[in-house]
Amino acid sequence: MSPHSITTHEHYLNAGYGPRSWLLTTDHKRIAILYMLSITFFFFVGGFFAFLMRLELLTPDGDLVSAETYNKLFSMHGITMVWFFLIPSIPSVLGNFLVPMMVGARDVAFPRLNLLSWYIYVVGGLFTLAAMIFGGVDTGWTFYTPFSSTYAHSNVIPVVIGIFILGFSSILTALNFIVTIHTMRAPGLTWFRLPLFIWAMYATSVILVLATPVLAITLAMLGVERIFGVGIFDPALGGDPLLFQHLFWFYSHPAVYIMILPAMGVVSELITCFARKKVFGYRFMAFSLLAIASVGFLVWGHHMFVSGQSAYAGMVFSALSFIVAIPSAVKVFNWAATLYKGSIAYHTPVLYGFGFIGLFTIGGLTGLFLASLALDVHVHDTYFVIAHFHYIMVGGAVMGYLGGIHYWWPKMTGRMYPEGWAKFAALVLFVGFNLTFFPQFILGYLGMPRRYHVYPPEFQVLNVLSTAGATILGIGYLIPFVYLIWSLRHGKNAGRNPWRATGLEWLTPSPPPVHNFDEIPVVTGEPYTYAGEEEQRE
Amino acid sequence: MMHGFPIFPPSASTAAPRVDALFTGLMIMTVFFSALIFFAIAFFAIRYREGSKANRDNPRSESLPLELTWMIVPLCISFGFYFWASTLYTQMHVAPPGAVDVYVVGKQWMWKIQHQQGNREINELHVPLGRPVRLIMTSQDVIHSFFIPAFRIKQDVLPGRYSTEWFQATTPGEYHFFCAQFCGTSHASMIGRVIVMQPAEYERWLAGAAGGAPMATVGEGLFQQFGCASCHLANNSGRGPALAGVAGSTVELEGGGTVVADREYLRESILDPAAKVVRGYKPVMPVFRGQLSPDQVAQLIEYIRSLGGPRVAAKGGTP
Repeated sequence: MSPHSITTHEHYLNAGYGPRSWLLTTDHKRIAILYMLSITFFFFVGGFFAFLMRLELLTPDGDLVSAETYNKLFSMHGITMVWFFLIPSIPSVLGNFLVPMMVGARDVAFPRLNLLSWYIYVVGGLFTLAAMIFGGVDTGWTFYTPFSSTYAHSNVIPVVIGIFILGFSSILTALNFIVTIHTMRAPGLTWFRLPLFIWAMYATSVILVLATPVLAITLAMLGVERIFGVGIFDPALGGDPLLFQHLFWFYSHPAVYIMILPAMGVVSELITCFARKKVFGYRFMAFSLLAIASVGFLVWGHHMFVSGQSAYAGMVFSALSFIVAIPSAVKVFNWAATLYKGSIAYHTPVLYGFGFIGLFTIGGLTGLFLASLALDVHVHDTYFVIAHFHYIMVGGAVMGYLGGIHYWWPKMTGRMYPEGWAKFAALVLFVGFNLTFFPQFILGYLGMPRRYHVYPPEFQVLNVLSTAGATILGIGYLIPFVYLIWSLRHGKNAGRNPWRATGLEWLTPSPPPVHNFDEIPVVTGEPYTYAGEEEQRE
Repeated sequence: MMHGFPIFPPSASTAAPRVDALFTGLMIMTVFFSALIFFAIAFFAIRYREGSKANRDNPRSESLPLELTWMIVPLCISFGFYFWASTLYTQMHVAPPGAVDVYVVGKQWMWKIQHQQGNREINELHVPLGRPVRLIMTSQDVIHSFFIPAFRIKQDVLPGRYSTEWFQATTPGEYHFFCAQFCGTSHASMIGRVIVMQPAEYERWLAGAAGGAPMATVGEGLFQQFGCASCHLANNSGRGPALAGVAGSTVELEGGGTVVADREYLRESILDPAAKVVRGYKPVMPVFRGQLSPDQVAQLIEYIRSLGGPRVAAKGGTP
């Protein structure tokens, strides 16, 4: 078969052409593609802000942009990456594409709500983008009061409205997943036969539904104080500034798990498939996701150890923060154990999987530094924190996303990506990432505060290393962007199941037909029934 | 070896080596577990690569003893670090008695510092070597944070309340301090230096050119100027309670309950007198919020604290 003709069967991509067929689609797979295009756009916007910041930090003086511009850059970098890339990334793209197929359904429970969720995302995104282009915002993504409510002169209200709108998109997607997973599983597909990716989506959805409304309320109160001068957070008006931090982190700490749990789900699929062995400790893996999701709601105060919160509260939050690390450790050990006596094939997705485990381990363990009260006093609000959460967010969540994109790309497009280029890009990203963020751990311990436009000259060497790394990282992100587009036309025909993977999504042709399954599959056994070496000798 | 490329900032307080020890402990743990995971993955990934001849008999996909081991061992280690860090935090949290009190006011974008002896400085903090120093901090606008890396301490500085942090410097020299909480346009310029001096030198500095009238003396002037003296009569016959000996004592409140008259209480009672009214008195004192600068409030508090002597008995207890 020539590489240009895989479209022999009718599938979701050739089922209709033209903008109408896309903009009015209720097919979960097309909505996933719409999300993929939108979040990729915002990823490069957010990356561009980060690149300008790193350029500015090449030298100790503020010689590239003004302080005001720099403050807007880091604020908009955070806002764009957190709300318009990371939170929707794996759930809205891979989740939308895969949840119905993995549970053996023809679509999500509420297909039109699913499309509405994308439109809400786009409206929120464009609103925020417009607010950023026409003036920007300089509060940081954390919007701490009373700076944001009383003192900032930038576009706080429009940006907050944009995020407020976006929240409904998250809630709708999560609601859809919860109902789909509960009610639309194929016959025989009991909870403990579900792939771990589904467990991860479920845990993530629960957090999204419970936490996002708190963010909406908090931002609404911020707006009320800023517009009408009602004293909620500003002490000059009779409010309490720490109340804002409690409410904000009650959402935003669980939001960290919104970003990392889906990546854990992806990595579980990658490791087990390429080790050709059932995932080790399946039930522990499933329950650790739920444990992280629930205990994750009780640790927000570890962002506030030096805020003026009581020392006793600090001790309780510190203890809970140590506890929430345990289920993460369980996952890492189980992934490693899955490899034991496996038969490991080195394709790009599993390289991202290994990268994820390594970087997540470092990110997670450095989280314990921050959970340690006396040490957090020193490293809080320094580059140590920046390094830590980028190891989780970029080293973890983005690596997981890219691994998942490569793994399911054949399913989504019917084409293989070019393996050589993909391995090269994975290597470049790994090197670039570590060079960017490892020096920031040292910078932080040396005392360089975050959100600094200018800095004392003794910090320059490490900043230059970090900027050099960011350049490599930036190039690393462009490589997959180019070859994935190239593969749409020139990639090898993927076939139904190029990885010989288990899972219902691999039973359908690639790309899948509009209704996924001609006949709803019946599930009779456990997930991940890989037979290891025997399978190869057949 | 670390001379040209340090990974530790200067260590110049009693807390610094102890925080560094905790950091080193966590670092050893991190390196150990990262290496364990790294080598496990590398070893399995090579030994069990596709097509290798390694023995793959009886592959397992569950083991309760293993799962329990890698839950309980990390949990125990975690709690070890938890107790280490929390104990150290407790020690670092409360200043020892006899600390030198220095008032700090943060505002966009500078640090204003006032010593009890009357010396004032901006973005500089002179302190004596070997004596505990406590910073009593508040903000005039947004949240700031007073961070001295060489001392390993940091504390957010909030508007509308006092926050404190303390240190005892161990090495003379000059060290950075930074505002660590983002506070607006010139946040990165809200920095300064701590100058740690030998005690004798410090005394000379206090007596030197930068000196002014002691805070309590200035406060006494304010006490007259703002009319406080007309109600807070020394013999307790005025409309407000006498203030001698109040600072640090336990005060009974109208409506029940008691409060320790620390700086925070005195600050609140000056700015927002109706919040906690002394038993037997009426909430008739005018609100001074917006009338007094943070500096003036601090001066009044120091004046009240300087009024030693026995506390005059509260007015009867009958309303």
